[in-house]
Formats: sequence, C-alpha cells, structure tokens
Amino acid sequence: MDFITTHLLSLILFLPTLAALILLFLPGKRVKLLRGFALGASLITFLLTLAIWAQFQSGTPGFQFVEQAPWYTALSSSYHLGIDGISLTMILLTTLLTPLALLASFSVTERVKPYLFLFLLLETGLLGVFMALDLLVFFVFWEVGLIPMYFLIAQWGSANRNYASLKFILFTMAGSLGLLLAIQMIGVVTGTYDLVQLFKIWPNLEAAKSLFGLPVESVKAIAFWAFVIAFAIKVPVWPFHTWLPDAHTEAPTAGSMILAGVMLKLGAYGFLRLVLPLFPAQSHAYAGWLAALGALAIIMGALSAFGQTDFKRLVAYSSINHMGFVVLGIAAAAWAAGTQDATLALNGAVLQMFNHGLSAAGMFFLVGVIYDRTHTRNLNDFGGFYAVMPIYGSVLIFTAMGSLGLPGLGGFVSEFLVVRGAWPVFTAATALSMIGLFFTGAYMLKALKQVLHGPVNEKWRHHLSEINVRELFVISPLMVLMLVIGFWPASLLEVINRAITMFKF
Amino acid sequence: MLPFLSLIIFIPMAAGIIILLLPAERREWIRRTALAAVVLDLLLSAWVYATYNIAAGGYQFLEQLPWVPALGISYHVGVDGISTPLVLMAGVVVFCGVLISWNVQERPREFFAFLMFLASSVFGVFSSLDLFMLFFFFELAVFPKYLMIVMYGWPKTREYGGMKLTLYLFIGSVVALIGALAIYFGSGKYTFDLLELAKAGFNVEFQKLWFPFVFLGFAILGGIFPFHSWAPDGHVAAPTAISMLLAGVEMKVGAFAALRVGIELLPEGARSWAWLILILATINIVYGAFIAMIQSDFKYVIGFSSVSHMGLVLLGFATLNEKGLLGSGMQMFSHGVMTACFFAVVGMVYDRAHTREITKLGCFFKKMPWAAVGFIVAGLVSMGMPGFSGFNAEFPIFMGAWQATPKLPDLLGGGQISGAVVAIIAIMGVVITAAYILLVARRVFFGDLPQEYSEVSDVTVFDKLAIGLLSAIMIGLGWLPGMMAPMVQSGVKSILAILGGA
Amino acid sequence: MTTTVEIGPMLLAILPEIGLVLLAALILVLDLVTRARTNRNFLGWITATGLVVIGVLSAVFAQPGATPAVIWGGMLRLDNAGFLFSMLFISGAALTVLFAMESESIRERGEFYILLLVSTLGMCLMASATDLVMLYLAIETTSIPLYALAVFVTVDQKSVESGIKYLLFGAMSSAVMLFGFSFLYGFTGTTNISNIAQGLSSASIPLVAVLAVLALVLVGFAFKISAVPFHFWAPDVYEGSPTPVAGFLSTASKAAGFAVLLRVMFVAFPGYSSIWTIIVAIMATASMFVGNLLALTQKNLKRLLAYSSIAQAGYILIGVAADTQFGASGAVYYLMAYLVTNLAAFGIVTVVGRVIGSDEISAYAGLNRRSPGLALALLAALLSLGGIQPFAGFFGKLLVFGAAIQQGMLWLALVGILNSIIGLYYYLTVLKVVYTYRSEEEARPMLSVPGWKVALVLCLVGIVTLGVVMAPFYNLSTAAATAFGVY
Repeated sequence: MDFITTHLLSLILFLPTLAALILLFLPGKRVKLLRGFALGASLITFLLTLAIWAQFQSGTPGFQFVEQAPWYTALSSSYHLGIDGISLTMILLTTLLTPLALLASFSVTERVKPYLFLFLLLETGLLGVFMALDLLVFFVFWEVGLIPMYFLIAQWGSANRNYASLKFILFTMAGSLGLLLAIQMIGVVTGTYDLVQLFKIWPNLEAAKSLFGLPVESVKAIAFWAFVIAFAIKVPVWPFHTWLPDAHTEAPTAGSMILAGVMLKLGAYGFLRLVLPLFPAQSHAYAGWLAALGALAIIMGALSAFGQTDFKRLVAYSSINHMGFVVLGIAAAAWAAGTQDATLALNGAVLQMFNHGLSAAGMFFLVGVIYDRTHTRNLNDFGGFYAVMPIYGSVLIFTAMGSLGLPGLGGFVSEFLVVRGAWPVFTAATALSMIGLFFTGAYMLKALKQVLHGPVNEKWRHHLSEINVRELFVISPLMVLMLVIGFWPASLLEVINRAITMFKF
Repeated sequence: MLPFLSLIIFIPMAAGIIILLLPAERREWIRRTALAAVVLDLLLSAWVYATYNIAAGGYQFLEQLPWVPALGISYHVGVDGISTPLVLMAGVVVFCGVLISWNVQERPREFFAFLMFLASSVFGVFSSLDLFMLFFFFELAVFPKYLMIVMYGWPKTREYGGMKLTLYLFIGSVVALIGALAIYFGSGKYTFDLLELAKAGFNVEFQKLWFPFVFLGFAILGGIFPFHSWAPDGHVAAPTAISMLLAGVEMKVGAFAALRVGIELLPEGARSWAWLILILATINIVYGAFIAMIQSDFKYVIGFSSVSHMGLVLLGFATLNEKGLLGSGMQMFSHGVMTACFFAVVGMVYDRAHTREITKLGCFFKKMPWAAVGFIVAGLVSMGMPGFSGFNAEFPIFMGAWQATPKLPDLLGGGQISGAVVAIIAIMGVVITAAYILLVARRVFFGDLPQEYSEVSDVTVFDKLAIGLLSAIMIGLGWLPGMMAPMVQSGVKSILAILGGA
Repeated sequence: MTTTVEIGPMLLAILPEIGLVLLAALILVLDLVTRARTNRNFLGWITATGLVVIGVLSAVFAQPGATPAVIWGGMLRLDNAGFLFSMLFISGAALTVLFAMESESIRERGEFYILLLVSTLGMCLMASATDLVMLYLAIETTSIPLYALAVFVTVDQKSVESGIKYLLFGAMSSAVMLFGFSFLYGFTGTTNISNIAQGLSSASIPLVAVLAVLALVLVGFAFKISAVPFHFWAPDVYEGSPTPVAGFLSTASKAAGFAVLLRVMFVAFPGYSSIWTIIVAIMATASMFVGNLLALTQKNLKRLLAYSSIAQAGYILIGVAADTQFGASGAVYYLMAYLVTNLAAFGIVTVVGRVIGSDEISAYAGLNRRSPGLALALLAALLSLGGIQPFAGFFGKLLVFGAAIQQGMLWLALVGILNSIIGLYYYLTVLKVVYTYRSEEEARPMLSVPGWKVALVLCLVGIVTLGVVMAPFYNLSTAAATAFGVY
C-alpha cells in the first residue's frame, strides 16, 4: 500500500502502458473483451487521478507527489516526476478524455487490438509530458506520444490520411529538433537537466559564462526561440498551424478527440512550464509578438472555420481559434509578470486549456456521431437533423454553446478571464480578439443551422438513428463539466489560481 | 575462473572446423552445431556483461599467454567498459544471424562454417589486448566475408559487391598494419602489447604522422567518407545473415579498432586530426541520409543508412570528450542491434517476394506482422526517437559535439571548428532519416497489397524469436539507459585519462 | 671465427649431403634392378622415406654447434643458416616426390628421383658454401638436374621447350655470374667470401668496379630467384615443365637462391650495403609490380602461379633489402611459409590437371562441389600467398614489411602493401571460380593417390601451423639470420 501511495504518479503514468502490454496477449477476435479491458484500465487511471485530486494540497507551493530515481546518470538526468496545480488540471483532462475517447472508439471494428494498444500508449506519452520534472524525461515523453498518433491517423483515418499523418509527424518532429538542440545546449551549459534546479540556475546564469564563444544572452535567446518554435508548432500558433486542419480532419474520431483535447495543450503547457519560468526576460521582450499572433489565430481561425464546408475541418479550425485565447493569455502574463492582470490572464489561459479540451473533444465526437451514420462530413449534405434526432440536436447545441463561450458554460469564464487580464496589457490585440469572438459565434451558429435546421435531406431520413446510450455516456460527462465550470468555476479555478499565484517567473 | 573470453572466441572457431568435417548432407547436425555454438556464446557474453565490475573498471577477464616472445607478441585478452557491450552485441547479432539463416538450402555446411569463423574473428578483435592479435583476428574475417558474399549473395551484384567489400577492407587493414608496425618500432619497447604501448609516450610529430594511417585504415571498415562506398554495395550483395553481421558488427569492429589503436595509443595525433574526423563524420551523417532517401531498392536504403549512423559514432570519437565518447559507445551497441534487425526484416521480405523494389512492394504488415513491427521499432531507433536505444546514444553524441573544440592545423589557418555548427548540420541527418524511414515503412508494409504477393507466407518461429530479441533490446535500452551507460562511462573515463594526460 | 675440426666431425657435418648421395645411388640401383616390374611406386616411397630419414638423422647428429664452424678447408660453413635451409630443401624434395607420385609420366621413372636428389644435394651445398668456387659448383649441381627435370616429359613439346629455355637462360646467367666471380678473385686474390670482404675494403678499388662486379654477381642470383629483370624464363618454364617440377623450382630452388644471396651480400659486400640495398629494393619493387600486374591477366593457373612467384620473390627481397637481422629472419620465415604454400598450390594443380586435363582457371569451376576438401586446400594455399590470416603467408609479410619500416624504408612497405592488394584480387578471383562457378563435371569425384594426399595434408598442416604457432619457427629463422650475418 505504501508503494502505491508514494508512487501514485508513476502508477498513473505507466498503468496505460501495462494495460497495453497485457492487451497484446488477449485474443484478437474477442473485440468486446479488448474494448472492455482498455476502457476499464483507463477508468482506473482516471480514478487514481481523482485520488490525487483529493489529496492535492492547493495551498502548498512547489511540486507534490514528487518521485525521483536515477535514470541516465551519465547525463545528469533523473526520472523526476511531480505535479502542481497546472499540471494536475492537465492530467485530469487527459485521464478523463481517454476513457471517453475509448468509449467513442467502440465504432472502430477493424484491427481493434492494435488500435487500443496504440491508444493506451498514447495516454502514457501525454501524461508523461505533464508530469515530467526533468528536461530529458520531458522530451522523451513529448516525442513518444507522436508515434501512436501517427499510426492512429495513418491506419484508421479517412481518405487523405497518409498525407495528413506524415505532415503531422514531420512538422512536429521538425519543431522538436530545435527543442532537442536547445535542451542539449542547456545541459551542456548547466550540467543538469533537472527542472527544479534549472529554474534556479538558468535565469541567473552569470554573464561571464559563455558557450562556444557566444555570450550567455545569445545562448539564451537561441534556446528561447528554439523552445518557442517547438511549442508554437504544437499549440498551434499561427503561422505554424498548417498541419492541424489536415491531421484533425483525417484522424479517426477518438484520435481527433485526444489530438484536439490534449495534444494541443502540450504545446501550451510547454510555454507555461518551460518558456515562462526559464526565459522571463525574453518572454517579456517578445510578448507583444505572441499576443499579436494569438489575436491572429483567434481571428483567422474563426474566419477559416466560417468558410468550411467540411464539418470536421470547421471544428479543427475552431481549435486554432480557441487556442488563440490561450496564447493571448500567456502573452499577457509574460508581459505583465507579477501583476494581477497577469494572474487573471494566466488563470484564463489554463482554464481555457481545460475547457477547450472538453468542448473540442465533445464537438469532434459529435461530428463523428453523424459521420458514423451518414459517412459524410459535408455540411451542405446535412440539414434538418433536429427533427430526426432531437436528443442529438440538443446535445450538439449545448456543446456548441460551450465551445462558443456562452455565459453559464465553462468557455465563457475562461475567455472572460483572458480578456480581462489581457485588456490592460495588450489592448489592441484583445480588441481584435473580440472581433474574432464575434466570428466564432458566427461560424458555430452557421454550422448548427446547416446541420440541424432546415429541410431534412431525403436520403438521410431512414439512415439516421438517434444518439444511442453509449454515445450519450461519452458526451454527458463533458456536458456536465462544462456546466459545472460555468456555474461554479471555483471548483477548478481554486486549484489553478493557487498554482499560478505561486508560479514563479 | 573460466577463461570466458577465450571460450567466447574459440567456441565458434571449433564449431566451424567441426562443421567443415561433417558430411555435407547432414544438414541437421550442421545447423545444430552452429546453433549450439552461438547459444553458448550468447550466454557467455551475457555473463561477461553481467559480471563485469563497473566500479573497479579497467580491463577485466584478463588472460595472457606468450605467443612469439621473441617479438613481444602474446595472446592477451581482456575487456573494458567499451568492449564489453560490443561483445554482448556481437553475441546477440550472431545468434540472431544463425536463427535467420536456419533454412539455408544451398551448401549449408560452408555457410555455417564460414559464419562461425566470422564470429570468431569479431570476438577476437573486441577482446584483443595485443596489437598483433588484433590484426590477426581482424583479417581472419577477410576470406569468410568474401566467400559468403560470392557464394550466397544476391546473384546480380555478388561478385562485384564481394570483391569491392573485401578489397576495401583489406586496403584499410594493411594501411593500418603499416601504422601499427611503425608504432611497434617507434615505441622502443619491442612489444605488441596494447597496455604497454599505451604507456609508451610517442612524441607529437610521430603521432601526427601515423595517426591517419591507423585511424583511417580502420575507419574504412567503419564506413568513413569517402571510403564508404563498399558498404552499400557489399551489404546489399551479401546474404541476410552476413549483412546483419557486416553492418551490425563488422563496421563496429572497424570503429572500435580505430578507437583502441588510433585514439588510445596516439592521443596527440587524435587531437591534431580531430578536425578532419569531425568533418568527414558530419559528411557521413548527412550525405548517407540523403543518398538513402533516393534509393529505390529497400536494402540499399538500409545500407546507406548504416553509413549515416556510423558517421554518428565517428562524430562522437572526434569530439574526444566524455559525452561524445559515451554516445559513441552506446551508438555502436544500439546501431548494431538496430541494423541487424533491419537487414533481417529486409531479408525476410526478399525471401518471399523476390524483389526489393520499394515501388513493387506493399502492405506486408498483413502478411508478416512481426517483421513489420520489427522494422518499425528499428526505424524508430534509427530516427533517434526517445524511448528507444538510438536516442540514448545520439543525445550524448550531440552533447559532446556542442562541447568539442577541435583545432584546425596551422596550415588551414589554425582556428577552431565550432561544435555548434557541427551539431546543427548533423541533426539534419536525423530529420532526413525520419522522412525516408517513415516513407519506406509505409510503402513496403502498409498500403495496398499487390496481387502477386497475396500468397506470401509469414515468417518462421525462429525469425520471430530473432526479431523479438532485437526489438526487446532496443526498447529496453531506450527506457533503461542505466543498463549500459555506467559501463560505457567507466570505459570512457580511462580513455579520457589517456587523452588528458597526453 | 674458425675452429679447426677433425675429419670425423666434418663428415658428420655434411651428413645430409652424404645421405643424399647414398640415397641417389640406392635409387639408381633399384631402378636398374627392377626395370622389368610393372608397379614401381615404391621408388617414390623409398625416396620420400629416405629423405625423411636423412632429415631426422641430420637433425640429431649434424646440428650446428653454438658457434659456426668453417669446414672442409673453408669451402663450407656449418651454421644455423645452412642447416635450416638444408632441412628446408630436404622437406621440399620429399614433398615434391610425394606430389609427383600423382603424375603417371613421372613416378615410375627412377631418373626423376635421382635428378631431384642430386639437385637437392646441390642446394644444400649452396646454402653452406662460403667459397666462390664451391658456390659455383653447387649452383651448377643444382641447376643442371633442374634443366633435365624441366624437360622430363619429353613427349610434351611444351616441356621440351621450357627445358631448353631454362637451360639457355640458366647457362647464360651462370656465365655472367662466373665472370663476376672471376673479377672478385682478381680484385681480392681470394675466393673465400669473408676474405673477399676484407680484400675489398682494404684495397682501394674504385666504386664503379665494385658496382659492376656486384651487378654481374646479382645477375646469377636474380635468375635463381626469378626476380625482375631476370624473370623472363619463369612463366614459360613453370607452365611447360611437369607440375611437380614447377613446384620444386618455385620453392626449393628459389630458397637456395635466396640463401646464397643473403650470405654473399651480408658477408662479401657489407661495406657497400648502402648501394646494394637500393638495388635490391628496386629489384623487389619491380618484381612485385611485374609479377602482380601480369598475373592479373592470366587465364592459366600455372602461369598465374608463376607470375605470383615472381611477385613473392619481390616480397622476400624486401626483407633482404632491409639489411638487418630482422629483415633476414623475415625473409627466411617467408621462405619457409612459401615452401609449403606453393608446393601445396602446385600439388593441387597436379591433380586437377590430371583429372580434368587442363590448367586453365576455368577448369576449376565447381571444384568446391566436386571436392570440398581440395577447394579448401586451394583456399588455404592461395590466401597464404595473399598474406591472409590464419595462414603462414601473413606472418612472413608482416616480418618483411616490418623490417622495411624499421629501416625507415616506408616507401618500400607501401609498395608492398599496394601489391598485396593487387595480389589478393587475383587470388580471390580464382577462389571465386572454385566456389561459385558451376560445371557439368561436378558429380565426378577427384581421385588421387595416397602419396599425394599425404603430401597435401602435410603442406596444409604446415601452412596453418606457420600461421598460428609462429614462435618456434620464428626462433629458427632468427638463428639462421644471425648466422648469415655473424662472422
């Protein structure tokens, strides 16, 4: 028992992998068994996360549930895990979305075993990034998540999956390259990869120390940009976003849920955990650019979404749109570090990460629901579904509103906080974002109209079954959470806020 | 105390001789003799690996017998932190090679006998602590290599590939031999013993003159640019098990000998020439990757990728610092296992499809899932994906590259090469590798199954065992670098002592 | 320096020579007496056994003492060099006899064995000779039977042609050499080679004259060892003469030439070493290149082996050119290795030539399938010539290259390794034919007589032993080398 309580994070981290390995030995034909097993394992992981949530002390500074063991001592890298309020939120998101995504994957019927195997491995990869307190471990898990996602898209995706999966992995790896070089540089200069130590050492690096003839400031600048580009590709920040629409559209439903729901947050998390604390000065210097890019993402994302005829692609662009708020919030925090505005903006950013996770996963799922029935995602082919599938229609409207940022639902709180925090800092960018917000409403309502309202397209009349129990099970937790956060934001914000106020950068 | 190293070296040789004496029709006896020998060797090498005392460091499992005392030649074996993993790797690869070759139909007697001799030669070089003995075992491999390629290789190019490979390697080894003889006479001690020679203290001019002979001579076997062209042709021409041994182990023999004899005996020479090695290694990495990308033959892709990865090993050597040498040591092991897996899978595909043209193949995952997974794992290792052994090897090499400060000779201006530039250029090789590996994997193992291969059979149990073992090692070392890094580090420390003192 | 020895020990010292004479007489008698019999294989067996007995007896009774002894009035010298070479010649002769038993046209003719024995006798004398007259006598005693042996199969036109060529070349070079000897006598007034050295250094003889004499003398020696530019006879003679004879020529006769070369150069011309080492080095370079490059184009295995022999002579000359004890011991070791190697190679050619009826390389196709053992033997022999481990040739090459480097003659070592590469190429090409090409005759086995098999096995054992257990043989070589140089 003691082992479990002291190694809770490792358990959560590796339980999915263990389950995946056991899955390999189960008979491939017993699809129900495989699905049930995978779902069960992911639920256990979720319950463990809740256990951590319960025991987490939000008032205590620093990292909790810390575990450290020697790993690659030759490089001064150790297996170092730990969480604070921010990472806990993300972990909760991940372990929540994974069972839901697995439940959604019940509609996958071919090669179920490899699919579930890859999915579980993916969960470990994502969790590892959030838990890592060592740069090398961070990087390992960062990359590890790519391969299962690549295969999920390439093997179970839609028509253009080869192109999309290759683009996804090459783009992200290209970004990772810079990250890798920067991590190497940090290791070479400081002699350690441990984040806790780096937070103290790196910002205070003496100017006298130099690397390959370059002054420390230049080294820091190079590392800063390398980190920024890598994370910017992941978030994605405009103009590094071009991989996202293809990847999200071509991925299988559950894949898109996780991709949009969690993977994008890896990038934002990278900004929060690494860029801000390690490079406060450079972040401050370039915050303006970041804010501008954030605003651009909000506007461009919305406009692009507005112009889509493919429902899934529309939701993909909506991700760019929503993540733009995260970026704006981070930028504001970077500029105005230490002020209340920064705190507000950052709260908003983190909450937006969580909320977007919920809403994006929900939207992608609902798109998948229709796709399972109609085998098309073309908005022009849809119409009048509300009459045939009223429950689905209501659910879709609710989720869309959550995505929209309707007050009363979670999205509103986070967007409000970001705007409130960013307004005094980056007034222009924030103002422009409002325009984007306007278009967000526009595209969302347009999509709803095209799908739900109007005359029913005759060819669907007998093909549309109502949303079934399993599918409801998938979407309900998301809806409930969106509602809860909308009405009682403190439930989550408490933890986030405490973490942020203690967040040193 | 059992003479472990001697057993490891001579068991295959004895098996080879026994096999040659068996009647040619007794296939089962031939195969089983070979299998018994490699299983024994694998167990022994694993034992040596497990019981090597890392804290004590230095050379262990020492044995010494006089051979030609009048010339200071002795049979002197021992392993340190760098050679122990290589011995293990050789044990693994040879074992897998025999498993993969289980169904060789044509003249299995000569096949397995020569394979055994090749194995013996490899173990001999890794364990040698006497310069003469090192050469003895190094060149012992010449005739088995040649004959195995021309007898059992790919009919289209086996004569050309076999002759090219053998001549190149012979050239390298005789050039190195000249250097070795110079060292012998220059030391004034009239001994071939490596431990003695390491203390000899040659003057700087001597070292500067002879280092290229020794290092480049051996590095030719390691595939250094521009003497690398034997590798793709030779590896493609060779039968599967030999390709595994050639690319997986023989190239490391060359690199290892370059380290042992070149860098450890002539450290000042190494320092003066590090700039050249650095440049050549970087060219290896990038050029090898580019050429691999444009190949249409599946096996040539892997052949060139070996050239590229050996560049990483040589890059690590050229840095002459702790991280770089650590990375090289790990990369020699990791790449050996990885490329053995690659060639094994390529061989499995070719045996069934009788073609290696990428454009003609497709969807082999359906037909041979184990092989496909093996290829994917090996591919991830070659991309340097974290979580696999390749990353744990490449990362320290790059760290070492950052810290390297090779001085250019006065003739070229006497400046310094920036390690940062080298690291950045080299990492491009990683990107290109990722691209072509993913493309090749997708084209060969996924996609649509061409009509003519719909009846292709799956791989055998032995094939699966080999792939499983190799994959497990690659993944295991990826997640638990602590299983090998401390050992290599201890070996590196002694090298650094030599370099630092010089 | 000289120890006066009584008659008894002096006779004992030339025990090998006496034994050879007696054995030759025995064979002569037996041959005459049993002329009527049909199966006369026993002649070969008796010769071989007799040679072995002589060798053993000599090893037991006629070993040189701690210090070399000059015997028979300064004509011969009992030292390690002469002894070792005599043993070498006797072994070579025994092996040749056994190999020759494979050849029907030779084995039942007593004259063959007698001529061989007399030639061997001459060689033993060559190795021990310390007097110019003795030397010349010994050389002729060696060569004349060899001329006859080359012609031996008189029905074969090629054999006759080769014999005549050999005779003419040999006679001419002998004459030139004798001319050189006469000058030496003229300049110094003595025919004893150590006295000649003193004579040359004390009397102020113009350098040009000495050089001229040196050149004349070298002509004869170079002919014997088939070094460029006196190698022209070798390919034709090797190809034309009966294969066992070619084997004997290429090994024992060459070794005898080297023994003489080493002794005369070290003892008679020590003061001029700076000059003759250059000359020898150039000869070595030329021999290696000519031999190897021309071997590349050969389609006939016997001719290829002939050119390869020329190249091998070049390698050994490197050891001579080094002018050190180390170099000389390298040359001696190389000769030992070369003896077993080349005899094995020619032995295999004998069998294949008889069974398939051709010496063309293409006739060796499919040999591996037909007779794997024979193919392996050929592999061992050719790779030993190439200088590949674990065969004898490697250590020999290591020693001679090492000797060159020790003396700072890096260029010569580089030439050597370049040629080794060329050599390996054509040796591997032959092996490629043996192992990978197919022929229709593969099913038919290769039959050979027991005597031949014994010889081949002995040669192979020698090749591997000299390649792996070098120490005792190296010590013997060093002893011989010391004996050459110590006076």
